[in-house]
Amino acid sequence: MSGTNLPATVDQIFITFTHWVAHFFPSAFQPIVADVLGVIGIISVFPGLFAITVLLERKGLGRMQNRYGPNRVGPWGLFQPVADGIKALTKEDVVPFHADNVVHFLAPLILLTAVFMGFAVLPVGHHMELMNMDAGLLFFFAMGASSELSVFMAGWSSRNKYSLLGAMRAVAQMISYEVPLLLTSVIVVMLTGSLSLPRIVEAQAGYSGILPHWYVFTPMGFAAFIMFGIAATAETNRSPFDLPEGESEIIAGYFTEYSGFKFAMFFIAEYLAMFSISGIATTLFLGGWAAPFSFLTVVPSWFWFFAKVMCFIFVFIWMRGTLPRLRQDQLMNFAWKFVLPFTLVDLVVTGIWRFMGEGILRWIVCSLILIATYLIMGRTGMVRKPFAPRSYRYAE
Amino acid sequence: MSPVFYILSIVTIAGGLAAVLLKNLVHCALAVSVAFAGLALLFLSLDAQFVGFAQILVYVGAVAILVVFAILLTRGSDQPRESFFSRTWGIGLVVAAAVFAVLGWAVLQSSSALPRESAVPVASVHDIGVALVGRYVLPLEIVALLLTAATVGAVIVAMHEKDGTR
Repeated sequence: MSGTNLPATVDQIFITFTHWVAHFFPSAFQPIVADVLGVIGIISVFPGLFAITVLLERKGLGRMQNRYGPNRVGPWGLFQPVADGIKALTKEDVVPFHADNVVHFLAPLILLTAVFMGFAVLPVGHHMELMNMDAGLLFFFAMGASSELSVFMAGWSSRNKYSLLGAMRAVAQMISYEVPLLLTSVIVVMLTGSLSLPRIVEAQAGYSGILPHWYVFTPMGFAAFIMFGIAATAETNRSPFDLPEGESEIIAGYFTEYSGFKFAMFFIAEYLAMFSISGIATTLFLGGWAAPFSFLTVVPSWFWFFAKVMCFIFVFIWMRGTLPRLRQDQLMNFAWKFVLPFTLVDLVVTGIWRFMGEGILRWIVCSLILIATYLIMGRTGMVRKPFAPRSYRYAE
Repeated sequence: MSPVFYILSIVTIAGGLAAVLLKNLVHCALAVSVAFAGLALLFLSLDAQFVGFAQILVYVGAVAILVVFAILLTRGSDQPRESFFSRTWGIGLVVAAAVFAVLGWAVLQSSSALPRESAVPVASVHDIGVALVGRYVLPLEIVALLLTAATVGAVIVAMHEKDGTR
C-alpha cells in the first residue's frame, strides 16, 4: 500500500489520516469521527488562510500605493494577524443603547455559520469533500443566499442610519448579482449534466495532449467565467463593488455599530466568503483540483485547489488596488442591463453548443455569437453617454 | 417519527407562531424566515435535497429579504409602543387556523385518491430535471410565461413616467 505510488499516497494523505484516526473508534462512530475531522479541517484551514490573506492584502495594497504596509510586528510584519486577533478579542464589545439586542447579537453568528456551511460541499482535493451531495451546487448557493438575511439583520438592528443604508445597499446588490451568479453556474450544469460538484470536477479532469478540459477554455465557458467573476466580486462586496461599506460615504456600512470580536466575525466572514466563492469558481470553471497540465498530476490535487484559490485572491487584491468604486446607479445598470442579458445569451449559446455536435464549426459559431453580442451590447450601452479624455481639475 | 422530526417541527411551529404574534413587523419577517428554514430542514430530513435547498434559496434568500424590504420601504418598522405582542393576535390565530384546517382537510382527503407507496420514493435531482422537461414541460412553460409577464409588469410599474407622456 505505502511506497508503491508516492504521488497518489501524498494526494490522499488526509483521507488516509482520517481513516487512521477513525479506526481507533468503534465502527458505529467511525462516520461521525470522519465528519468531525473534516469539519475541524475546514474551520482550521480557512481561517488560517484568512490570516495569511489579510497580511498579503495589506502588504500588496501597500506596494501598489507606494507605502510599506504592516512591518512592525515580527519579521516583515508576519505576526500582524496574531496582534489583530488579540486586539479584537480584548476590545470592549459596545452595543448601541437603542439596538435590537437579540438580532444584533445573532447577525454575525448566522453570517459566519452560513459562510462556513458553504465549504462543506467544496471538493478541495480528489475525494476530499465533506459531503458529496447530489445537489451540492444548490446547497452552496442556498447557504450564500441565507447570509444575505444576516447582513440585513446586522444593519437594521443597529438603529443607525449608516448601518441601515449599508444593509439596504448590500442586500440590493447581493440580490441583483445573485441572478447572474446562478445563471452562469447553470451553464456549467448544462455542460456537465449534474449539480454535484465532484462530478463537475471529474468532467473537467481529462487532458487533450497536455492541455486540460477546463470549461474556461470553451467560448461560453470563458464568457461565463468572466461574468461569474464580476458577480462574485459583487457578491462578496469587494472593490469596485464595495458600496455597502464605502468608507467615504457610510462609515463601514452594515457593521458600523459592531466592535470587538463581533466586528472581527464580520471581517472573517467577508474573507471566508471570498475563499468560498473563489473555490466555487475554481470548481466550476478551472477544473477544481485538476492539475493545469497533464505532466503536473504528480503534484497533489489539494495543492492545485488552494493554488487556484489564491490566484483568485490575488486578483481580488489587485482589483481593489486598481479600480475606483462604482456609483449605485452604475452598479444596478451594469447588473441588469449588461451582465444579466449577456448571461442569458450565453445560456442559449450553451444550448447551441450542445446540439451542434463535435467539430471546429461549433467553436466558430459560438465564439462569433458571443463576440457579436458583447460588442453590440457594449456599444448600445455607451450610446448617449459622454465619453471624453479624462480631464483633471486642481485646487487653485 | 424520529427526534429530528420533533425538533424541526418545534422550530418551524415556533417560527410560525412568532411571525403571527410578534408586534414588530421586521421581527415577524425574521421569524417567518426561521419557519421557512425549518420547513427546508424538514424536506431535507425526508431526503428531498432539491426541494429543501430550493426552499432555502428562494424563501430564506429571496422572499424573506423582499418582505423585509417591503416593510422597511413602506412603514411599520418603527419601535413597538406598548406591548410586545400584536393586539390582533387572536384574529391572526383564527385566520391561520382556518387556513390550516382547509389545507389539512384537503391533504387528508387526497390520501385516499393517491396510490399507497410502501417504499421510500427516491427522487434524485436528475429525475426531477427529467420530469420537469419531460412530462411536466407544459406547466413549467406556463409558469415561466406567467413569471415573465409578472416581471414585465413590475418593470412597467417601476418605470419613470416621462414628462407629459405616459
